[in-house]
Amino acid sequence: MTEAASRSRSTRGRSLWRLSAQRLMRNPGAVTGMVVLGVLVAASVLAPWLTSFDPIALAPRDRLQPPGGAHWFGTDAFGRDIFTRVVYGGRTSLQIGFVAVTISTLIGVTLGLVAGYFGGTVDQIASRIVDVMLAFPGLLLALAIVAILGPNLLNAMIAVGISASPNYARVTRGAVLQAKELAFVEAAQQSGARTWRILVLHVLPNVLGPIVVIATLGVANAIIAGAALSFLGLGAEPPTPEWGLMLSDGRAYLRHAWWITTFPGLAIMVTVLAINLVGDGLRDALDPRMTR
Amino acid sequence: MFQYIVRRIVAALPTLVLITMLAFSMLHLVPGDPAEIFLGENKSSPELLAQVRSDMGLDRPLHVQYLGFLGDMLRGDLGTSLNNGRSVVREIATRLPSTVELTLAALGISIVLGVGLGVLSAVRHNTWVDSAAMFVALLGVSMPVFWSSLLLIFFFSVKLQWFPAIGQGGIERLVLPAVALGLLSSATLARLVRSSMLDVLSQDYVRTAVAKGVRPRAVTFRHALKNALVPAITVIGIQFGQLLSGTVITETIFARLGIGRYYVDSLLNKDFPVVQALTLLIATAYVVINLLVDLSYSLLDPRIRYD
Repeated sequence: MTEAASRSRSTRGRSLWRLSAQRLMRNPGAVTGMVVLGVLVAASVLAPWLTSFDPIALAPRDRLQPPGGAHWFGTDAFGRDIFTRVVYGGRTSLQIGFVAVTISTLIGVTLGLVAGYFGGTVDQIASRIVDVMLAFPGLLLALAIVAILGPNLLNAMIAVGISASPNYARVTRGAVLQAKELAFVEAAQQSGARTWRILVLHVLPNVLGPIVVIATLGVANAIIAGAALSFLGLGAEPPTPEWGLMLSDGRAYLRHAWWITTFPGLAIMVTVLAINLVGDGLRDALDPRMTR
Repeated sequence: MFQYIVRRIVAALPTLVLITMLAFSMLHLVPGDPAEIFLGENKSSPELLAQVRSDMGLDRPLHVQYLGFLGDMLRGDLGTSLNNGRSVVREIATRLPSTVELTLAALGISIVLGVGLGVLSAVRHNTWVDSAAMFVALLGVSMPVFWSSLLLIFFFSVKLQWFPAIGQGGIERLVLPAVALGLLSSATLARLVRSSMLDVLSQDYVRTAVAKGVRPRAVTFRHALKNALVPAITVIGIQFGQLLSGTVITETIFARLGIGRYYVDSLLNKDFPVVQALTLLIATAYVVINLLVDLSYSLLDPRIRYD
């Protein structure tokens, strides 16, 4: 490849991402989502400075207080401050989201890259594995994996991550099938570059767009799935502040203490909504043909 | 066409075989000795344990156990529950109707709401109606089932007292769980129907229909919607999976005795024969439904070729 050609490709590549970033910043939904998400991340990082209450210590004298001056979101059946637990719960949920998506991406993208690039028998085997995993509706697969690994928060993250990975594999494989026909990939093959080098330096950057989109939306799905597992008693263990667990604890008090379930429920919804707005914005920005 | 159907069915077979292997291996992947779990609290002597293990066939080589499992399965025998010793097939049969009823009701709600909202959005493209409908759909996608279920119970059962909060039997006990479950997938469907309608509305044949003076209502429903629904049908297969996942939660919250709740309970109790059977049932149903969806898709869209 001549120097001029390689320079032109790199500037084009950079400006494509920059164009996408500009398009993203012009999307009011996506900007709103990013701002809300920023506030949520800041709140969970700064949790100890935002509240003077302990998220776990019991305070029986303060039990079931409605929202008010001292306790903005009220207290639960053990007298714990709900605002404090919602803020600390954000740490747990965001952690679930990012750990699970990292696992999905590592497994799914590797599988998809290898299947799409090598084709043949490797593709056949990888695609079969993906088919079988896709034969289990998302949450049910995660449930089965948790059952095998044992129910706790870390295993819930792993289970959610593994159960979502076939989607990443499928999307990556499709994108790789297109990318490997590109002229510069063939050029790299002809010039004798090592396979892993071609995969990582030439193919991967060109399939990153769709992966970024599903990974972003995947964080939202992982947060919901993680909370669902905790809700069912197969994720975070009490007294961990976790939104799904808080909703499950509050069920018994729905009639008399609506605030126990309302605030963690709103927290999940706002977080997921913000991530979905960013994800939708990213999809539109990275693929202008999809914009309507 | 016939050849195409046969080829699709044959292509699904290896997946089904892998599913049986996975279901079988769950017994050995899950920590804990099934024989010990079967004996439960009765702290057992090694002899008794060995006796149970041989009764359950656990002392045979793995491939023999697997073939035995396959044979039993094909004869419709899925073993007995470790919990109460009853036939797994019968236990599932008593719970299946409740889940089927809930899933179908939810699917109905999801289709009516999803298609309605999607069409409305597309016809009023780029107006406030479109924005509002799509925001509602986005809200729906972002609302976990366990949260919407609790909200529905709070408003319609605790406050308004229109419907009972829990239990099953009768339409009044089906409404809340079905709505909770249907809302989520209606939101996904609405977004899809909208973009598919927008595609179709910009086609030449729609423009022709408008130009020759066909009433707008007829254009929307007869010319556009009919074609826009074809891609939406493929999504119904995926929706079905989403709904099945959702039944685990709704059946727990609304205290319905269905297979979703049964699956979680059996996992928690390490009732392996039940877990195996349900894994088989759910995965097979999902594969078969997606196969049917694929086939109906090619029937509905004559442009798809079968060769």
